[in-house]
Amino acid sequence: MKFAPLVWANLRRKKLRTLLTILSILVAFVLYGYLSAIRVAFNQGVEFAGLDRLVVRHKVSLIQPLPESYKARMEAVDGVELVALATWFGGVYQRPTNFFAQMPVEPEPFLEMFPEYRLSPEERRAWAETRTGAIVGEKLASRFGWEIGDRIPLQASIWPNKDGSDTWEFDIVGIYEGAEKGTDTTQFFFRHDYFHESRGVGSGLVGWYWLRVADPDRSAQIAARIDGMFANSSAETKTEPENAFIQGFANQVGNVGAILTGILAAVFFTILLVAGNTMAQAVRERTAELAALKAIGFTARGVLGLVLGESLLLAATGGALGLSLAWWLISRGDPTNGALPFFFFPADDLLLGVALVLFVGLAAGILPALQAGRLAIADALRR
Amino acid sequence: MRALGNWLSQVAAVTRFALATLPQRKGASAAAMLGIAGVVLVLVFVLSIATGILRTMERSAARENAIVLRTGATSEMMSGLSGEQADLVAEAPGVARGEKGPLASAELFVIIDLPKRTTGTDANVPLRGVVTTTFEVHPAVRVVEGRMFRWGLAEVVVGVGAAREFQGLDLGATLDVGEARWTVVGLFEAAGGVAESEIWADAAVLQAAYNRGDSYQAVYATLTSPEAFGEFRDALTADPRLNVKVQRQTEYYAEQSALLTGIITGLGTIVAGLMGLGAVFGALNTMYSAVSARTREIATLRALGFSSGPVVLSVLIESMLLAAAGGLAGGGLAYLLFDGFRTATINWSSFSQITFAFTVTPGLLVQGLVWALVMGLIGGLPPAIRAARLPIAAALREG
Repeated sequence: MKFAPLVWANLRRKKLRTLLTILSILVAFVLYGYLSAIRVAFNQGVEFAGLDRLVVRHKVSLIQPLPESYKARMEAVDGVELVALATWFGGVYQRPTNFFAQMPVEPEPFLEMFPEYRLSPEERRAWAETRTGAIVGEKLASRFGWEIGDRIPLQASIWPNKDGSDTWEFDIVGIYEGAEKGTDTTQFFFRHDYFHESRGVGSGLVGWYWLRVADPDRSAQIAARIDGMFANSSAETKTEPENAFIQGFANQVGNVGAILTGILAAVFFTILLVAGNTMAQAVRERTAELAALKAIGFTARGVLGLVLGESLLLAATGGALGLSLAWWLISRGDPTNGALPFFFFPADDLLLGVALVLFVGLAAGILPALQAGRLAIADALRR
Repeated sequence: MRALGNWLSQVAAVTRFALATLPQRKGASAAAMLGIAGVVLVLVFVLSIATGILRTMERSAARENAIVLRTGATSEMMSGLSGEQADLVAEAPGVARGEKGPLASAELFVIIDLPKRTTGTDANVPLRGVVTTTFEVHPAVRVVEGRMFRWGLAEVVVGVGAAREFQGLDLGATLDVGEARWTVVGLFEAAGGVAESEIWADAAVLQAAYNRGDSYQAVYATLTSPEAFGEFRDALTADPRLNVKVQRQTEYYAEQSALLTGIITGLGTIVAGLMGLGAVFGALNTMYSAVSARTREIATLRALGFSSGPVVLSVLIESMLLAAAGGLAGGGLAYLLFDGFRTATINWSSFSQITFAFTVTPGLLVQGLVWALVMGLIGGLPPAIRAARLPIAAALREG
């Protein structure tokens, strides 16, 4: 530590070079943070799926509806605690690019199924009392500036109204908050009874069901039991844990993880080159000085430490600034202005980022440091 | 004229001098070059995905084709038309006629879950019910392996893209869909278009299997000419028996791919832009140290009477040459690694899978090169100015 001023003085010698190197490392870690958040967005919150929740959908495809009558039959299955239904509404708010998810649900089982959607008792009561009532997530509400009491028209793309019009109107009665950082608060839920009575087609059908099981260890058994119950009917089911369902959904996009990892590898390779090159140059220019240090008694290890310390300090400064900047940028919202349900900097990735900072510092400095440590004093001084 | 000639020969001399000393700075120069190559590689890679998807969509669309959906529907999946409505569309003015009557194809569109080969998890594979005129409206479709399905039977033909990306679509395989068991009897190509991601079956059999009665989701029509579109659209939208939206097929596909390609291009540009910033810092570092390594040399030249313009230019030329080399290397590598790479992704607009090939076009390579040159320019300009401003006497004394 007593040589810290020496390291500091070396970094200040070429201020511009030090600044540029720190900036390039900073940029790399901003990118790292941003790509982590994008990966989270593409994973669609699979890590936040309830372990005791199953999803029951039509075996052929999610777009095929299931009979509403399945609910009572599933409730009777041993080990099933709760059944909640939902349907994909697919309405358009003002224009198609304002995409968000809308689903008719039955308020009571739904809110019990998803305790992570937090609503005040007054809002719950209001929803129970208002047939056209809808609850929206806080991210969604702030995206469009909605408040409780607003009347929101949606243009139906799948479900025309019974009266032949495409417009459905809803009254916002509640704005739910997420219990965790990863809770999806970009959705719009309204009442199934309103949907049921007003839709022109598809009566008696719903999109899918969520089940809550008493014992997650028995999930597979219960899923098999339910699928068996409806086998050979006109609407066979596929039941799977919520996380498997979401993972499958996320996988539809393709191997985003591999693509992002590839890009990150390219980024870090580039940054290592830049930082490593700077360190090599710094050492080359100071050959005579380093030899002088050794001549006055610095050990090989001491010189090596000096050079490595310098490179670590560069990486730590750039990395810390970069990670903080990434954190700040990501917390300000996603690039689509609120359409992505999941967009944040995961704590695990932040830790990995810190490890990467150390790695960049060591990797960039190690070769020049070894070179400096091995300097033969007489040769170097003569140069 | 003479002054210009003299000036140019000064530029040439100084640049030659700079490039001759390049091998002494090969480590730093290579680092700057590779940094820029990395940026161009990532940029071209990401844009080649968007280009591949766009190409697939464009190939699917014929200029004289129109698509008719129910009002409010944003894709085939959400649409619904009755058999009578489909007939009305076929009889509309502007529709071309073939041997079997009007070139209008009423189609059914559903998705079925099939596991993706790469992940083993279910994906939304499109299944299209077609009629006899469909093959005249989409003439690019032809069976390349096995045979065409027989009308009235539960048989399907599968697009080569779908067969490659999803499990259970090999010749002879069976699918349980709706209230029927279907046999795969053939594979078809569609000139690289989006149909290659789909499974095709007889619409009448599919209607029965899905209890759809006599209903369809979309009608594609070939018009007598692209100019006949206005007349065709006006006739349909004015018809009180219909509640439809009419688009050119090219517009429809452009709309279907806009969201997906927009996201990819947007993200790709942000990532490459940030990376580019990092690479510019690297290039600046390299060029500043190049100038400082040559301080004495530059000062000597200036003392000999070379003016500052050629000195600035020589530094710029060096940095842009390095950048161009990096850009070419990055673009070339992207072409070798990714061009033609086939994969599938979900198109959220149609909620179904689309298979496509990454496409590195000459345009993309040029775009990559332009990015590289801009990075070289930004990375070279400040050091070049510093070189020109060196105080000659002090610089000569240095080093």
